[in-house]
Amino acid sequence: MVANNRLRLLVFLFAPVVLATGVGLSTNARNERVGNAADSKLADGLAAWEQVYSVLTSPRCINCHTATNYPQQGDDRHRHFANVVRGPADRGVPALNCVGCHQEVNAESTGVPGGPDWHLAPLSMRWQDTNDRPLSSAAVCRTVTDKSRNENMDGAALLRHHEAAALVVWAWNPGRRPDGTMRSSPPLSHAEFVDATRRWVDAGIPCPRGR
Amino acid sequence: MATYQLNVNGQTKKVDVDPSTPLLWVLREELKMTGTKYGCGISACGACTVHLAGEATRSCVVPISLVGNRRVTTIEGIAQDPVGRAVQHAWVEKDVVQCGYCQSGQIMSAVALLKETPKPTDENIEESMGGNLCRCATYVRIREAIKRAAEQMT
Repeated sequence: MVANNRLRLLVFLFAPVVLATGVGLSTNARNERVGNAADSKLADGLAAWEQVYSVLTSPRCINCHTATNYPQQGDDRHRHFANVVRGPADRGVPALNCVGCHQEVNAESTGVPGGPDWHLAPLSMRWQDTNDRPLSSAAVCRTVTDKSRNENMDGAALLRHHEAAALVVWAWNPGRRPDGTMRSSPPLSHAEFVDATRRWVDAGIPCPRGR
Repeated sequence: MATYQLNVNGQTKKVDVDPSTPLLWVLREELKMTGTKYGCGISACGACTVHLAGEATRSCVVPISLVGNRRVTTIEGIAQDPVGRAVQHAWVEKDVVQCGYCQSGQIMSAVALLKETPKPTDENIEESMGGNLCRCATYVRIREAIKRAAEQMT
């Protein structure tokens, strides 16, 4: 009888501790799972961003995202010939506007690339330094996601931009060079690029740390 | 081959050419308008400059299939325009021309510049005329003539 009473007392005293511990373990596990899922999504988002970055820094894209007074051309990203300059509206200057050569579509017989309203990206969207070196992944990411610099685009708008903007899509149909050979395209297909952008946007457009 | 109807210096012209033919060759070979010159064929020298809907354009790299219904203005028609006349007079006054081969393109570019920038600075002139090469190096006289034309226009 005495032993039974002691047992009841022990159960009475320790049950809340056991229960609380159990609840605590359960909450921690759930938090850990949530944390793991968040970490996984962030990691996937950052990995997706690196894929996006590989496209943005390919010549078809970055040649018109310079930090200087001129566009670049070619896979070696040399300065555009004919003394072409950026001009006040990123479209060249009178008598030497971009559209003075670049028509609405590629000119296959003469090798001049073309697309609607051919122009340079604004300096706020520069992805290079003034020595024509591509900025780091973190720096380009900060630029692309800064709404004060990217024409107020949020993640959804960035996705639409990558999906459908005419000069973005042109990168996968860059036409022939004057020598008749095909221009190179970015390292991913357009579908892969859009998919990577979507995963990056779904993860909340995370940017890598660093300069 | 395809048939294209062009508006050249205000006149309607019909040509039957391959769609890939550059506008320059349509002007020179089909329409026998040889004022516009062939220099490099890759839009690097500016000798072939014409205006397409008022925009200075390198005719050597624009296939005829992409011209559409934009009006074409060549050196033969530039005197119809008051700015064009001012530039031509200034060119004569300043005796710009040496061999003359590039000068059609120089004048077409100068007119395009002055239409958008009636009072150009030296920097404006250097940037806008930077795509027009002159093997005789008449650049100093070109700059003087553009400034003279700007004065005449006021």
